[in-house]
Amino acid sequence: MRYIRPLSIEDAVGQLAKAVGPAAILAGGSDLLVRMKGGFVEPDLIVDIKSIAGLSEIRETADGFSIGAAVPCAVLGENKVLKQAWPGVVEAAKLIGSKQVQGRCTITGNLCNASPAADSVPALVAAGAKAVVVGPAGRRTIAVEAVPTAPGRTSLAKGEIIEAILLDKRPPRASDAYLRFIPRTEMDIAVVSAGVNLTLDEAGIIKAARVAIGAAAPTVLLVAEAAEALVGRKLDEAALERLAKICSGACRPIDDKRGTIEFRRKVAGVLARRAATTAYARAGGK
Amino acid sequence: MNFDPRYSGRNFTSVGTRPIRPDGVDKVTGRARYGADFNMAGQLVGRVLRSPHAHALIKKIDTSKAEKLAGVKAVITAKDLPDLTNGDAAMYDILDNCMARTKALYDGHAVAAVAAVDARTARQALKLIEIDYEVLPHVTDVDEAMQHHAPLINDAIFTEGLEEKPVKPSNVTKRSQFGHGDVHQGFGHADFVVERSFKTEQTHQGYIEPHACVASVSSDGTADLWVCTQGHFVYRQHCAQLLGMEASKLRVTSSEIGGGFGGKTHVWAEPVALALSRKAGRPVKLVMTRDEVFRASGPTSATSIDIKIGASKDGIITAAEATLRYSAGPYAGSWAEIGAMTAFACYRLENVKTVGFEVLVNRPKTAAYRAPSAPMAAFAVESAIDELAKEVGIDPVEFRIKNAAQEGTKSSYGPVYGPIGIGPTLEAVKNHPHMKAPLKKNQGRGMACGFWFNFGGQTCVDLNIGMDGSVSLAVGTVDVGGSRASLSLVAAEELGIDYSQLKAIVADTSSLGYNDMTDGSRGTFSSSMATISAARNAIKTLRERAAQMWDIGVDDVVWEQGHAVAKGQKHGNLGKLSLKEIAAESGKTGGPIAGHSELVADGAGVSFATHICDIEVDPETGATRVIRYTVVQDAGKAVHPTYVEGQYQGGAAQGIGWALNEEYIYGKDGRLQNPGFLDYRIPVCSDLPMIDTQILEIPNPNHPYGVRGVGETSIVPPLAAIANAVSNAAGVRMTHIPMSAPRILAAIEAERQG
Repeated sequence: MRYIRPLSIEDAVGQLAKAVGPAAILAGGSDLLVRMKGGFVEPDLIVDIKSIAGLSEIRETADGFSIGAAVPCAVLGENKVLKQAWPGVVEAAKLIGSKQVQGRCTITGNLCNASPAADSVPALVAAGAKAVVVGPAGRRTIAVEAVPTAPGRTSLAKGEIIEAILLDKRPPRASDAYLRFIPRTEMDIAVVSAGVNLTLDEAGIIKAARVAIGAAAPTVLLVAEAAEALVGRKLDEAALERLAKICSGACRPIDDKRGTIEFRRKVAGVLARRAATTAYARAGGK
Repeated sequence: MNFDPRYSGRNFTSVGTRPIRPDGVDKVTGRARYGADFNMAGQLVGRVLRSPHAHALIKKIDTSKAEKLAGVKAVITAKDLPDLTNGDAAMYDILDNCMARTKALYDGHAVAAVAAVDARTARQALKLIEIDYEVLPHVTDVDEAMQHHAPLINDAIFTEGLEEKPVKPSNVTKRSQFGHGDVHQGFGHADFVVERSFKTEQTHQGYIEPHACVASVSSDGTADLWVCTQGHFVYRQHCAQLLGMEASKLRVTSSEIGGGFGGKTHVWAEPVALALSRKAGRPVKLVMTRDEVFRASGPTSATSIDIKIGASKDGIITAAEATLRYSAGPYAGSWAEIGAMTAFACYRLENVKTVGFEVLVNRPKTAAYRAPSAPMAAFAVESAIDELAKEVGIDPVEFRIKNAAQEGTKSSYGPVYGPIGIGPTLEAVKNHPHMKAPLKKNQGRGMACGFWFNFGGQTCVDLNIGMDGSVSLAVGTVDVGGSRASLSLVAAEELGIDYSQLKAIVADTSSLGYNDMTDGSRGTFSSSMATISAARNAIKTLRERAAQMWDIGVDDVVWEQGHAVAKGQKHGNLGKLSLKEIAAESGKTGGPIAGHSELVADGAGVSFATHICDIEVDPETGATRVIRYTVVQDAGKAVHPTYVEGQYQGGAAQGIGWALNEEYIYGKDGRLQNPGFLDYRIPVCSDLPMIDTQILEIPNPNHPYGVRGVGETSIVPPLAAIANAVSNAAGVRMTHIPMSAPRILAAIEAERQG
């Protein structure tokens, strides 16, 4: 096994592109190292991206925020401006694992691990976040929901690295929220989860909405119908009722060790409703 | 000198205080040595290959490729552990469990092992071992395994305990029955009858430290074993027998222990490590992974229990009946039998009948888990009692007080009770502020009682007095919960010296006589008895030496508060001699001063507890939160109250995990789906409230200080107390443990839909 610590993204891409055996990217290692220790993966090459310039920074840009691929989730929570703009994304990132894990793990890693139960992903999808992908063919920007394709699989080609996650600048009266169900209070994986992102007009009418459900299908679901049900109205009881029903209906869950189909369906609706209520209040809706 | 173990009602100076434990600093600074912290020069890494099948014939094992791999020093299979059990069926089961002989009986059953120069080589070697399996139909559910069409796990097993000898083999190894009176008649006198069926899923003890050992077999046939265990003397007996050694040639040293709870009373890895070391000619270290701990060690039984209890209008139980089915894994056990004994032990019953069935399943061999078998039976019984109290219209605490066993009650499992604590714990609960605290919306309160036998057993202690007057205490019961501190307090009390003058250690198997393992809540009970006896023997010698120093008769010397005192008119003007002064002269008065004790500690007093619990249920998701928890338990005498409280809290914490989340989940393929702490959910700190404790002290008449075991009883009531609280909060009776959110939500929905 070879471990390298390149100083530039181009070098990292080049090393990954020419790797012969299985290769892995290491940021926080909270997925990779656990999988290696469990004997599930045995990479020949490990590319540690933490020394690449800029990858450990959160930058405020003209368009919003650029969160480097090696930024630990704990750092997201310490960025007041980001937290103010995207409280749902930050609360999702701060739910992963434990305090210790959050000191290492990254939202990019969470996205690339491609688990349907990933905590930060429904929040990122609801936020309309984008991923900056660098590869042998250059740089491209894609929607985060285009990254995971199935449990454990991504659309990234050989040699490609996500350099950063982009979040838009916030208009006034916009906010988001994320909720998950876990049997414990922490140190757990979502049985089902919901991220809701709302923008209101001055009267509290919902102008734009994005609703994402996690752990209810092979990949995180962006539920367009749920968003449509909210747009153009206030978040009243009828709207919440409809939101919950649509979200429950959109689920394509499985029975497994973490929960049943019926449970996930029912609770997806409950969490969407509760997350929407929080996001609406955060956006100033009454 | 004859030792009198009877309760003496003395006043205490040291016992009952709360000094810092002697093993504390090393544990919090990381210096303490646990099982995996031992290392030897030239040591190899041992790894075990395990069956991926729940039930399969092992047709052929080819280890030749693994043996040829550079760095591999030994590969073993069952052939390297020949059957030396000589018709001892229980030992044969242990042997077969350590290394499958003809059939793999569960997912995780060991089939081969390697010792190599490093972990990577060992892992590679495992992949090179070729096994030809013939996969057989399997059964993992306790009820399914009892069906006549279920796959047969062992065709040599015919159910014991039936009136007629069965002609066909069965997965039911034994039927046992307890009780007295006539339940049929009793139910005839009942105005109210509750009848319900309950299920509990299999749980693991969940000790944080995995099994670990280092084995070193010398070419002269002697061996050393360093191991994390609850009973190094028992491990020595078992390993020596399985490997064909004389026990005295195998020296076993127990490490510090990161939790055992009954799960470290059984050998798994140790005979394998010894066999690997014997074959490789080098020391072998074998540490289980968490995955292996879950798949191949522990766990407790899964159960299916039917309860029927009847009561008269005035709230007196007229009859109680239980049928209890306990899974044993693939080998015979006595788990249902213990469940059947403990089920109704809290109550004074005229008519009671319990029947237990031991059931084989393709799961790991059931191991003891803290008051083994009692929590599940208590869950079923205490749930039904709660429901019955409601039907009769009496407060659940009052109902239990009316029916509680007392001194002189014939217990449901046979013996007549001496002084016991069930009534006092119930009275304490009745008067506890917790019972009167207001509840908010969606919150429910539950309470329940629990019983455990406790155990004494063979015990041996050495107490050596140094020439500087300090005292070393060598005990043979592994310290799982602070017993070195407690035993030091007892020795200090008896000798009349300060706790700081003592140091207690757990001696290895070559340095002390045989001790039973630390199980049955016996550690402090039995070793304190032996410590008192050893100290009294030392005092006798101290008096003799003082008599010699004074040149007076020993009968004129008494021992008072750490000093020899000359009594009587003629010696009244002699100054007293301290232990230190006598010790300093010991070289001239007959040599080292010591006290020894070897005894069987009889009369472990039975123990009772009553718990109260408040739970909040989210009616939309089924999520639960433990709001408040109180443990009231009889300790006989709390030698070190902090560690008694720790035992109370620990049992409650484990019970909370078991009641709400912990569960072995098997797939249709018979494989364990959740062999890790991510999906096998023991509680984390934030899942638990501060667990309040109240220690009652009803002296055990069979111990000089009145001590009873305290370690196990605390896990008996929680499943039931929590089930009663959840049922009250959710408005629906919960009958399946764990009460995970999906189960609670499904029950609420079913209730809503009527």
